[in-house]
Amino acid sequence: MLNIVVCVKAVPDSSMTAKLKIDPITKSLPRLDIPLVINPLDSHALEAALQLKKKYSAHITILCMGPPPAGNIVRECLALGADKGILLTDPAFAGADAFATAYTLAKAIEKNGPVDVVFCGMASSDGATEWVGPEIATFLNMPVVTMVREIVEDQGDEWIVKADYDHGHRKVKLKLPAVITVTRNLNQPRTLSFSGILKARSKEITVWDREKLDILAERVGLKGSPTYVTEMANLENRRKVEILEGSLQEKVERLVQILSDAGVV
Amino acid sequence: MIDFTFTEEQELFRKVAREFAEIKIAPHVPIMEETNRGWDEVIKELAEAEMIAITIPEEYGGLGMGYIARLIALEEIARVSVATAMMNQIFGLGIEPFIKFGTEEQKKKYLPKFATGERLATIAVTEPSGGSDPKGCRTKYKKGNGTYFLNGRKCFITNSHTADTQVVLAVDEDNPEAFTTFVVEKGLEGFKPTHEEHKMGMRGCNTGEIEMKNVSVPAENVLGGEGKGLKVAMTAIGDVGRGGMVGCALGLQQACLEAAVKFSNERILYGKSISNLQAIQFKIAEMKIDLEAGRLLGYRAAAMQDKGERSSNEFAVAKYYTTEAAQKAAKMAVDIHGGYGCMEEFPVTRYLRDSYVLGPSAGTSDIMKVIISRWALS
Repeated sequence: MLNIVVCVKAVPDSSMTAKLKIDPITKSLPRLDIPLVINPLDSHALEAALQLKKKYSAHITILCMGPPPAGNIVRECLALGADKGILLTDPAFAGADAFATAYTLAKAIEKNGPVDVVFCGMASSDGATEWVGPEIATFLNMPVVTMVREIVEDQGDEWIVKADYDHGHRKVKLKLPAVITVTRNLNQPRTLSFSGILKARSKEITVWDREKLDILAERVGLKGSPTYVTEMANLENRRKVEILEGSLQEKVERLVQILSDAGVV
Repeated sequence: MIDFTFTEEQELFRKVAREFAEIKIAPHVPIMEETNRGWDEVIKELAEAEMIAITIPEEYGGLGMGYIARLIALEEIARVSVATAMMNQIFGLGIEPFIKFGTEEQKKKYLPKFATGERLATIAVTEPSGGSDPKGCRTKYKKGNGTYFLNGRKCFITNSHTADTQVVLAVDEDNPEAFTTFVVEKGLEGFKPTHEEHKMGMRGCNTGEIEMKNVSVPAENVLGGEGKGLKVAMTAIGDVGRGGMVGCALGLQQACLEAAVKFSNERILYGKSISNLQAIQFKIAEMKIDLEAGRLLGYRAAAMQDKGERSSNEFAVAKYYTTEAAQKAAKMAVDIHGGYGCMEEFPVTRYLRDSYVLGPSAGTSDIMKVIISRWALS
């Protein structure tokens, strides 16, 4: 039986971005002011796991680090068909960068037991570093393929996957256990169903804090983060329109000037 | 201490229903509006998403999720399409007598098929002479040799042409005090849906008449016992029928509020959005107040229903309040849109038309007042 871990992140609902406010002190996005949803790319990671479960015998564990309300996201994943949920929550985990997050997740994966595949979304919709997946693989000493858009061969412990690469793609053979980060091209995530929610009633969500994971306080959260955010700002929309007028020659000259000023030519 | 919060699970129910309505139902709405048809596809979607199975107990193939969950689902569907919510609410109304009054054989025979949508249910009480006075029922039955013969007409029946199984109220030809409900199935000789209505709103939701001419119904199709028909019909209508209309009305109120907020934030007048004008703000505040109050009334009644208590009086209050509020909200939403509010490409025109169909369904506001005053005076 395949043992699959899917890492999911609770992120602010992107449909409510107007309500997002940057904390001027911590330069972070307070998560509790607006509803949390499953990171969209993590939905594709979960869907990949669910499709494997349908094809083969598999056990899917959801792993999520976040504040207690993130437990709702874990419950949602169980309602979608995952078997077990683990919520990593502790005030000590707050302020973690990608490195500290990946370390904490890797420790939880180790504690959870044998694993064949770890699926992650390629990036989160709020942090978007794309580092957590590869860093989990590093901590677990596993191979990693990022930006996977297709699982070509998934029998046995040697898989072939197709992953995005610059303007094309590459086919990669990898040996399990491995970490795979996925793009939105991989699949179409399923939607929740009433019966899925009812089935999730009997599924377990385990809550682990730092002590349960038996890791040092200086390795997690803000303390364990070698990187920090110096500034965060709202992106200004600087699009502007200029309609070129005059003769063809004048228009071309003006266009060349604009492109030159913009550093394009 | 009263807990007014939805559970984590109920929030997920809402998410399921909202996604279903926005992804699966919304694309059908323009077709339903234009053609007054499209119900076959919508019913298929409702069945696949288990929306018809919500109140059916698990042991009969349903979800057994109860009436708060039903109200959540109807509210979210109505936010996108009141016509679809109305169809589903009446399927639930047709199913309810089987749950509450069916024999074990009837439950086993019908409920699993209702749950999957293989068979569809409705209830037929209203007649050309009126619906709110069921004792004025003119559809007659005559008892024969282990068989009942039904004759009469029913009108304004939601799902009249789409339902396979209709719960029909009739009065004993020989005893004007004896009312009985019968399970009448499509295909029985002498039974047929006839005229289809063209309503001002809820287009695409089938409403029409049925006709019964010497329809022979076996004794096993008596639902709830001979002479118990008024109790069967009025229990279902009082709790589930009115409750369903509350869901339809709340969803429509929410849709009106969202449309009004969106438009008033986008529409620029005197150099700024009209949401800065107090005249608009007050309308939006009224819509919000009505919606919040309506939700409290509706969900309180549904919570009583889930506890197994009678809730028809509480639902009468909620039905009166929310359907009146929905009409008011739709008018205000249209008013806020100004000239655009008269244009069909804006959904508020549909909301206004739909809101006026909410009123008489499951009893007019005046009838609700009659019920509520009886309750208060008793």
